[in-house]
Amino acid sequence: MTTQTSGPVAGPSTDHSRAVADGAHSHGVIPQASRAERRTSFELADFPVPTGREEEWRFSPLPQFAPLFDATGQGLAAGGVQVTVVNPPEVTVEIVGRGDERLGTVGRPGDRTAAAAWSSFAEATVVTVPRGAVASAATSVRIEGVPGTGPTASHLLVHARELSEAVVVVDHVGPASLAETVEVVVEDGAHLTLVSIQDWDAGSVHAAAHRLVVGRDATVKHVVVTLGGEAVRITPDAEFSGEGADLTALGLYFADAGQHQEHRLFVDHNVPACRSRVTYKGALQGVGAHTVWVGDVLIQAHAEGTDTYELNRNLVLTDGARADSVPNLEIETGEIEGAGHASATGRFDDEQLFYLMARGIPETEARRLVVRGFFAELIGQIGVPEVEERLIAAIEAELEASMTTLAGA
Amino acid sequence: MSTLQIRDLHVSVETKEGAKPILTGVDLTIAAGETHAIMGPNGSGKSTLAYSLAGHPKYQITSGSVTLDGEDVLAMTVDERARAGMFLAMQYPVEVPGVSVSNFLRTAKTALDGQAPPLRHWVKDVKSAMERLRIDPAFAERNVNEGFSGGEKKRHEILQMELLKPKIAILDETDSGLDVDALRIVSEGVNRVSADGDVGVMLITHYTRILRYVKPDFVHVFVAGRIAEEGGPELAERLEAEGYDRFLATT
Ligand SMILES: Nc1ncnc2c1ncn2[C@@H]1O[C@H](COP(=O)(O)OP(=O)(O)OP(=O)(O)O)[C@@H](O)[C@H]1O
Ligand SMILES: [Mg+2]
Repeated sequence: MTTQTSGPVAGPSTDHSRAVADGAHSHGVIPQASRAERRTSFELADFPVPTGREEEWRFSPLPQFAPLFDATGQGLAAGGVQVTVVNPPEVTVEIVGRGDERLGTVGRPGDRTAAAAWSSFAEATVVTVPRGAVASAATSVRIEGVPGTGPTASHLLVHARELSEAVVVVDHVGPASLAETVEVVVEDGAHLTLVSIQDWDAGSVHAAAHRLVVGRDATVKHVVVTLGGEAVRITPDAEFSGEGADLTALGLYFADAGQHQEHRLFVDHNVPACRSRVTYKGALQGVGAHTVWVGDVLIQAHAEGTDTYELNRNLVLTDGARADSVPNLEIETGEIEGAGHASATGRFDDEQLFYLMARGIPETEARRLVVRGFFAELIGQIGVPEVEERLIAAIEAELEASMTTLAGA
Repeated sequence: MSTLQIRDLHVSVETKEGAKPILTGVDLTIAAGETHAIMGPNGSGKSTLAYSLAGHPKYQITSGSVTLDGEDVLAMTVDERARAGMFLAMQYPVEVPGVSVSNFLRTAKTALDGQAPPLRHWVKDVKSAMERLRIDPAFAERNVNEGFSGGEKKRHEILQMELLKPKIAILDETDSGLDVDALRIVSEGVNRVSADGDVGVMLITHYTRILRYVKPDFVHVFVAGRIAEEGGPELAERLEAEGYDRFLATT
């Protein structure tokens, strides 16, 4: 595990000490330029094809992602995924051309695949929750890979207007090689829960740039669940457009043998008095299972009253799996409510196993209890019952596979 | 009526310098209905004995035997021992994040009985057992041992003993860290379990104060990995007055 913290140490009101007390990690290992200086652009040419030496690609398996780099610059093909939306009556759905002026308003691409996704898409799906509307049911966006197609791009905009309330669940299934953009605009006072589930068929490759902007007094729950696919890389970037905004970013991933799952978050506290909570938890099992979590949080000099905490925990269930975890907190003002981070990667705890077995619980059942327990609180925070139930079932299925291996060993 | 027989038990732990012998020939027989107190200085191997009986992987049995009603306990896995009727109330109970007490208890009961307990009865049993041990009902929804105080952890161990109904209960310093009221409440729990004469109790303790509530039939002095002397309740009083010097000098 590698971790780092950079940026000036904050003043007396900072609660950064919490991170040290909480975290099993050291600070200041790798000096790095400020996250604010990282290149962002809509131009593909501004991002050379990655070599693996770049900070943002150093953990990634490039051969798997290479088809999404659009090395020739001719654009990724359309039609590799089919998008189906099921929405309640309060929510509107449109398919628009790439010239629609509502697109591309949130931040800018931050890496080659994000730029390729932006420069390649032909049509975008726009989900709008009108001003003051309270959605009576979750909106389901199903993005399904079309068998036999090549690398492709897609664009989704979720627009929650002022004072609206909605849940949007984006589901990625089937076989695909996809560079995706998900733009999320949450206007003042709106409440939005956005869930993105990566449940691809084996062999799929997916790079997604999520770009969020959260308005004054708005509340956003952004949930990322990564289960299936060969190589999946999600880069959620969040910024604020008004004070009093509240962002909760939750992530859950379960990597099996040979899977690469990467989550790179950037929360830019560019506005005073906003709150962010990031919690990502992952389990790994099997040879070559690799997860990467990078959590960059920047508190800009004028973002007084910021309150942020980010946490990543990984549970390594078997030998041969590797979890990288890099929290990175930059604090440019001392006038904040709190800022902390914690990161820990641990193996399965044999003492817990012994305790449960000493009460008569068989080993496979005991292991299940511990892993379920590891994810339980996080799942409980999602607040969307269908998603919670599906996740519990998915974890059960993952464990079923590993217990079979264990029993056979 | 069950009997646990420990014969010439030798146990080592793995250290950087190689295997280190801790138990050096323990002989002890505990029958249902009996309460055996085990007293001895710190580091003499009392917890090692308790964990070895429960099957903790840290301890290697180098020789000797343990049988429960003739069955070879040492050949059983940890969970098999529990299902055979062994129960260990641990000196340091383990936190299990994300697993609620009620889920844990029900899972354990189901594993021990081979079938889920009838829900209505079970809920009532748990509720009244918690009441008797003065455990706040809110604990049922808390995670196992997570954030419990020392005394709360010990009560939770006794709660499990009452609900899981073992044949042989080993209590490793369950009395340590209890306030006067908790000591009495926990002792009452132990007495309730042993009252019907179906369970044999091994009570590891440093203090005679619990022996005022829980009357031992036998007291064993544990020194340097084995039982150095055996007697009745009066031996405990003598140890309290004299300490262990007498035994340490001869080893
Ligand atoms: N990994 C280890 N390496 C070296 N010595 C060990 C190891 N594990 C246990 N021991 C030693 O085994 C001995 C017996 O420990 P044990 O916990 O059984 O004692 P105890 O009688 O229960 O003591 P207490 O009254 O303090 O609870 C101690 O001296 C302890 O230091
Ligand atoms: Mg001990």
